[in-house]
Amino acid sequence: MLEHVELFFRSIFIDNMVFAVFLGMCSYLAVSKKVATAVGLGAAVIFVLAVTVPLNWLLDKYLLQDGALAWLGPEYADYNLSFLSFILFIATIATMVQLVEIVVEKFSPSLYNSLGIFLPLIAVNCAILGGSLFMQSRQIETLGLAFNYGVSSGIGWFLAILAIAAIREKIRYSNVPPPLRGLGITFIITGLMGIGFQSFGGMLTGGDDAAPPVEENTAVKTEEKKEIKKEIEEKEVSYNDVINK
Amino acid sequence: MALLTKKDANLILDPLADNNPITIQVLGICSALAITAELKASIVMAISVMFVLGLGNVVISLMRNIIPSKIRIIVQLVVVATLVIIVDQVLKAFAYELSKTLSVFVGLIITNCIIMGRFEAFALANGPWRSFLDGIGNSLGYGVILVIVGFFRELLGSGTLFGIPVLGNPIEKTGLYATGYENNGFMIIPPAALIVVGIIIWVQRSRNKALIEDN
Repeated sequence: MLEHVELFFRSIFIDNMVFAVFLGMCSYLAVSKKVATAVGLGAAVIFVLAVTVPLNWLLDKYLLQDGALAWLGPEYADYNLSFLSFILFIATIATMVQLVEIVVEKFSPSLYNSLGIFLPLIAVNCAILGGSLFMQSRQIETLGLAFNYGVSSGIGWFLAILAIAAIREKIRYSNVPPPLRGLGITFIITGLMGIGFQSFGGMLTGGDDAAPPVEENTAVKTEEKKEIKKEIEEKEVSYNDVINK
Repeated sequence: MALLTKKDANLILDPLADNNPITIQVLGICSALAITAELKASIVMAISVMFVLGLGNVVISLMRNIIPSKIRIIVQLVVVATLVIIVDQVLKAFAYELSKTLSVFVGLIITNCIIMGRFEAFALANGPWRSFLDGIGNSLGYGVILVIVGFFRELLGSGTLFGIPVLGNPIEKTGLYATGYENNGFMIIPPAALIVVGIIIWVQRSRNKALIEDN
C-alpha cells in the first residue's frame, strides 16, 4: 500500500512529466491558451495513459524482456526481444487511441464532443510514449503499480497544463516586452514553475532506504501531507504575485 | 553550383534562423530540453535526429503516392520507429555510456513533433531530393538550438565543455575560480533549459520584429 502512495505522489510532483522531464511539451505549449481546452486535453491524457501503461507493462513482461518468453516453453527462455519495444509500444498506443476514440464515440457522444478533437493528437504526444518507456526503464514491478503510474503521471501532466493555461489567460492583460510575448514568456514561466516543482524533491527521500517501522510511517506521512499543502499554498501565493505584477 | 539551386538552398538555410523548428514552429521541444545539460549529449541527439529526419523524409516522400491517407499516421510511426531502433542499437553498441545518459530520450525521437510535422507538411507533397534537403535543414535548425543551450548550460553549470574543464579547477581554485567565480548549479537542473530557450527566443525576436506575436 505504501509503495502505491509513494509512487502516486512521486509521479505527480517529483517526476512531473512536464516540469522534470519535459514530456508532452508540444501540445502543452500549443493547447494551453484557454483553460477549457486545456482541461479537455488533460483529461484525455490521463485516460490514455491509464490504458496504455498497463497494456505496455503486460507486453514488456510477457513478450519483450530478457527471458520473457519462458512461459511458452523452456526452449524460448533465451530470447531477448527488448529491441522491439519502441515499435510495439507505439503501435499499442496508436491502436488504443483509435479504439478509445471509437468506443467513446459510440457510448458517450457528449464526452466524445469534448475530447474528440484531442484524441488523435494524443497518439503523437511524447508524454504517452514517455510514460511507457519510463515504466520500462524504471522496472515497475506489478500491474497495479503500472496502472497507478499511468494515472498519476497523467494527473501531473493535467495539473501542469491547467496551471499554465490559467496563467496565460491572465497574462494577456499584462505589459510583456513585445519580443517575449506568446512563446517566450510561456517558456520562462514554465521554467519558473519547474524550479518551484524541484522543491518537492525533498518530499519522499526515504524511498531508497529500507522500510522504516510502521509507527514512524504514519507520522512521516502526515508530515509530508502538511508539507505538500504548505507548498501548494505558497505556490499559489507566488503565482498570484506574478500575475498581479 | 548546379547541385543546389537557390530554392533548394533556401530549404536548408530557412530553418536555421527565421523558420527555426524550435523557436518559431514550436516543434520538437519535448526531447530537446532534457538532454542539454551536456554539450556532448546535445550533439549526439542532434545527429540522431538528422539521421532519422533525413532518411525518414526520403522514405515517406517515395511512398507518398501509395499511402492511403486514412492510415498515414500509423505508416509514418512505423517508418520513424524503425529508424529510431537503428539509432538506438548503434548507440548501444558504440557509445554505451552516452546511450545511458540519453536513456528514454532516444526512443522519444519517435514522437518528436518535428519529425511528424515535417512528414505531414513537406514529405507528403514533395519529391525525395527536396524532402531530403528539408529534413537536413530542419534537423540542423534543431541542432543549432540544442548546441547553443548545451554550450551555455555546461559552461555555466559545471565549467566544462565536452567534459574538459575550461574555466580552471573549482576545488584547487585555479583559473577563473581564483577570482571568486563559482559554478552556477542552477544551470544543471532541468528548468534552466526552458529559461535559456526563452532567452534565445527573446534575442531572436528582438532582432527580427516580424516574428513578434500579438499577445
